[in-house]
Amino acid sequence: MIKIAQLSCGTEYSSVQSEIEKAAFSVGGKMVYPDVGADDIDAAVKEFGFNPRSPQLKLMIARAVQLAKGVYDADAVFIATCFRCAEAALVRNELRRYIQEHTKLPVVTYSFTERMKSAQLLTRMEALVTIVSRKELLARERQTGLTAGLDSGSSTTKALVMKDNKIIGKAWMPSYDVVESATTVLNQALEQAGYKLKDLEAIGTTGYGRFTLGRHFDAKLVQEELTVNSKGAVWLADRQKGEATILDIGGMDNKAITVRDGVPDNFTMGGVCAGASGRFLEMTANRLKIDVTELGKLAEKGDWRNAKMNSYCSIFGIQDLVTSLGEGKAFEDVAAAACHSVAEQVYEQQLQEIDIRRPIIQVGGTSLISGLVKEVGSVLGEMPIVPPDSQYIGAVGGALLSSGFLM
Amino acid sequence: MKKIFIDPPNSMILFDIVERLGHEPLSTMAALQERVDNLEIDMPPMNVTLDDVISGLKYAGIEVPSGIRGRLATWGPHIDEADAAIVMAEAPYSFGCVGCERSNEMVKYLLRRRGIPVLWVEYPGDKEAAMRMLEKTKEFLGGLE
Repeated sequence: MIKIAQLSCGTEYSSVQSEIEKAAFSVGGKMVYPDVGADDIDAAVKEFGFNPRSPQLKLMIARAVQLAKGVYDADAVFIATCFRCAEAALVRNELRRYIQEHTKLPVVTYSFTERMKSAQLLTRMEALVTIVSRKELLARERQTGLTAGLDSGSSTTKALVMKDNKIIGKAWMPSYDVVESATTVLNQALEQAGYKLKDLEAIGTTGYGRFTLGRHFDAKLVQEELTVNSKGAVWLADRQKGEATILDIGGMDNKAITVRDGVPDNFTMGGVCAGASGRFLEMTANRLKIDVTELGKLAEKGDWRNAKMNSYCSIFGIQDLVTSLGEGKAFEDVAAAACHSVAEQVYEQQLQEIDIRRPIIQVGGTSLISGLVKEVGSVLGEMPIVPPDSQYIGAVGGALLSSGFLM
Repeated sequence: MKKIFIDPPNSMILFDIVERLGHEPLSTMAALQERVDNLEIDMPPMNVTLDDVISGLKYAGIEVPSGIRGRLATWGPHIDEADAAIVMAEAPYSFGCVGCERSNEMVKYLLRRRGIPVLWVEYPGDKEAAMRMLEKTKEFLGGLE
């Protein structure tokens, strides 16, 4: 069992503690709670330097200090506090930073509501467990043999075939039935590569449909998208060594992952609001009566300052868009405003929860929307790297990591 | 016998004092015991359920963090039914603590708003102060009869 230390406030009174434990257990983890004596708390708070009023936040700090000093042994850290609590949000983020500065433990932070269910935590917990239990596999930098990766995403399904560290076939399509979509794109990728399904030595699956596809294709690797995408991103960007931040603005949720030598050590995965996702850009493109693939180029020609669009909600965002169009604003400016709005929200809602490390590698389907990449660069003050085939990160990661299972 | 709300609501010492002086202490322990004894609820460790957190909306709005609403749902009904209360300020964690300072503040406010008799005492720093606190408590509870 992988021991995940829980530093939290409010979970037991929010009816979510059992959901946290359920999520950890289902991926081979176990929540543990660093022992702290009552006398240790004040000393720990003094050492940490931030003195919150709430005693449970003081306890969180004392537990973190126990981990940092190596008094308590754990494999990973899960830091969670109530959504909308300002004091807890400050402590949560500073503790995450403190743990990263003082230990090598992977950390994930989360702010929960009473509606949180174990399924929402599953990917995060699975990633924590994977980082600890599959260190050797994640250190893999070269793909070997003939393998394929399948990425069953919320918007699109991707398949990619690799042979001896080279991509030899790839295909994608909008997701519908999980197995049918994957079968279609895998057949197309295999045809491009000149191979048959039976020739494949291993398959790796990731994304929302990974378990279904794993069973259907008898995959050697079935793994969450946080670690798989990280590997795919650093392989594609040729940044396997050193530090980087991977930014994946997805159709349904966004991921920001910091990596060291290609292995994630902190990540945030958001999906609270569709206004900050690729789905909003699809809705914008539909309203502008253009294909989403044309949105980026259109946005590049515009100036976001000319059209108001600063809502956190996709529905209100579309209302802003309709209002702007009604006022006769140029399509280019409206497209730019939509891209800027998504970039700004990702920055405000997610990138505040990690310490950005340079370079920033932007991946996923939305990284093909050049206007969005431009706006992300403008918000972050540095243009992200968009590697070739950036929409195939999950499939590349699947093909690369699954080759680690070959004899 | 009066129903006395104690704050911190999980203070074993306040609970004991109130009980010895012949009144019924309303505490977190009692509120949670009801939940733990209910075999139909399986939401460890405290059996505070989603329904509880939602019922906390009676005391604080939806924009208030869930942990506060869950806490208020746990002892809010006790505040509602209390005849009087004893509140100890600046008590150390080992004396009793509910973890969240905002919840603590709200409990004190709810007590003031109800307008029931409340004895406000400071945590005693030595034996003499403790004796004075006990005398005041005895006098307060005696005056409720």
